[in-house]
Amino acid sequence: MDIVVCIKQVPDTEELPHIRVNPETNTLVRESAKGIINPFDENAIEEALRLRDAKGGRVTVISMGPPQAEEALRKALAMGADQAVLISDSSLAGSDTLATSYTLAMGIKKIGSFSLLILGKQAIDGDTAQVGPGLAEWLRIPQITYARKIEINGNKIRAERALEDAFEKVESTLPCLVTVTKEINIPRYPSLKGLLSAKKKEVLVWSADDLTLDRKRIGLEGSPTWVIKIFTPEPPPKGEVLAGEMPEVADRLIEKLREREVF
Amino acid sequence: MAEMRVDLEKCNGCGECISSCSFSALELKDGKVRILAACTFCGACVDVCPEEALVLEKEEKRVDVSSYRGVWVFAEQRQREIMPVTYELLGEGRKLAEDLEEELSLVLLGWKIEEKARELARYSVDKLYLVQDPLLEHYCTDLYAQALVDLVRAECPEIILLGATSLGRDLAPRVAARLKTGLTADCTGLAIEPEERNLLQTRPALGGNILATIISPRHRPQMATVRPKVMKRAEPDGKNQMRVIKIKPDLASQGQMVKILDLIREEKSVADLQEAEIIVSGGRGLGKPENFSLIRRLADLLGGAVGASRAVVDGGWIPSYHQVGQTGKTVQPKLYVACGISGAIQHQAGMRGSEIIVAINKDPGAPIFDIATYGIVADLHRFLPVLTDKLEKREKAAGLKNSIWEK
Repeated sequence: MDIVVCIKQVPDTEELPHIRVNPETNTLVRESAKGIINPFDENAIEEALRLRDAKGGRVTVISMGPPQAEEALRKALAMGADQAVLISDSSLAGSDTLATSYTLAMGIKKIGSFSLLILGKQAIDGDTAQVGPGLAEWLRIPQITYARKIEINGNKIRAERALEDAFEKVESTLPCLVTVTKEINIPRYPSLKGLLSAKKKEVLVWSADDLTLDRKRIGLEGSPTWVIKIFTPEPPPKGEVLAGEMPEVADRLIEKLREREVF
Repeated sequence: MAEMRVDLEKCNGCGECISSCSFSALELKDGKVRILAACTFCGACVDVCPEEALVLEKEEKRVDVSSYRGVWVFAEQRQREIMPVTYELLGEGRKLAEDLEEELSLVLLGWKIEEKARELARYSVDKLYLVQDPLLEHYCTDLYAQALVDLVRAECPEIILLGATSLGRDLAPRVAARLKTGLTADCTGLAIEPEERNLLQTRPALGGNILATIISPRHRPQMATVRPKVMKRAEPDGKNQMRVIKIKPDLASQGQMVKILDLIREEKSVADLQEAEIIVSGGRGLGKPENFSLIRRLADLLGGAVGASRAVVDGGWIPSYHQVGQTGKTVQPKLYVACGISGAIQHQAGMRGSEIIVAINKDPGAPIFDIATYGIVADLHRFLPVLTDKLEKREKAAGLKNSIWEK
């Protein structure tokens, strides 16, 4: 069973205390945040590896992004993916979720046939959750979003979808696109053997010219949505520091909470 | 952008085209014609080529933006109950419709839901598209997308709002991709830019640490999902002026691709965290898993739920459904108490919407203090017992008072 996993490199917000916007250029100051695989995408890779180990086949990871996104693909190879593809081209700059899903769809077509396409439920930088369903539409295959459990049986997939206060059991035929939540598994760390063998594997880098695509559908030109302004939200009103002896601080805190009608 | 191409298979290098070009934008090289940068895409050469080897690809016709009118709200129903976000969208949709001087319409998909249509008529809505079919009884991406896309193509609204719920975020991107139009996820602010009638869509990114304003200037409809519990709920106006337009969708061509087998309500404890009015959360500062007892005790006394940072969930100190943050749950309680949590972006993303934030941390430089309503720089192992003792005494005193009154 051949599986394709789409991943995105995102800034590591766990290590990031602040995010700033450059007021002149209206762009993000990315500070020194290191790039990581989007956490939900690690679950997607893990699920693909487990299914491959149980049923055979190949796992291909694909990403669209700047050249440094290769690092994220290398890690996926070290986790155990068989093949990695990076779509990287300056003409893809400014892509919104529609253009991104189109470009990825054309990349996936070039990879060849697959039974399952797995993505994380959303990326933690944009939080849109739109690339998965967009991709399913371009490829004209069914989609199952927010899956917390999946099972493959022959040509069928069964999944549990996590909704707000319930979950839904669904079934579809393959090929199918699935987006997964964190609950689905615990991603593995790359093993030493994995790290060594990843070094020997090649990350294929494809430019826009390597794909059969409609230039009007990529980059800024292919993006209906344009970001016209980026700004930081109004900082919350400066808080109050309660200092002093502990019993006194505790009393003042209780008093404040009572005034605010917490109890 | 327009593009000129030479079909090298067909070009025989006759050179007819070269003299036809007023801009000297063609030349012969290696027996084939080549197009130079001076080309203005006038197309004169295309007409003279005997081999039809020259191809002018004109710009795709832009959507005629002005032919799209009116504001739509997608009325989300589950098990024939209208979801609360629908009423929030009605409040916001009415404002946008007024600014555009257009009608506000609702779209309700389902089966045997006329009664819900009557309920919706109590609000200030001009029109309701009531799309009914037995196949639409339960939400299914493929069928709902088909029904909505067909209706959009027939009626051409300029704006469509959906709730950013699990349903809305599943449906909207599929519909937008089929319509090849713009969609903005999880908006928290909407306004009309009057000159071009563009919808200004403001949304948080990077977990709420930045905001971006987005437009779809050349595409219609402009689609947006809107975060629940942000917009003000509409109130019934009691005028009952809503016109109902009944639609029988054509779903025959669309074989249902994903089948729903079962729907199971989540056990209470899991849903709890997001509904809780008070949350007490613990992080790495607790030192060891056993110290979560301090958090539980405080949560019990306050009648709240227990939350946790990613670090302690990843460390296996507490199950993941307690996790608050970008990769966990987003919560907006009245009171959030962060104990021993430094408050990196990833955690703030899940709780910065809380009404009152109390931070207890021994590091005065911890970023959590930037957003705390009340900051307490203290060792939580010493401070929490003092606080819980006082709360316990307070509760006992209150209990005593109540029992006297009851007698």
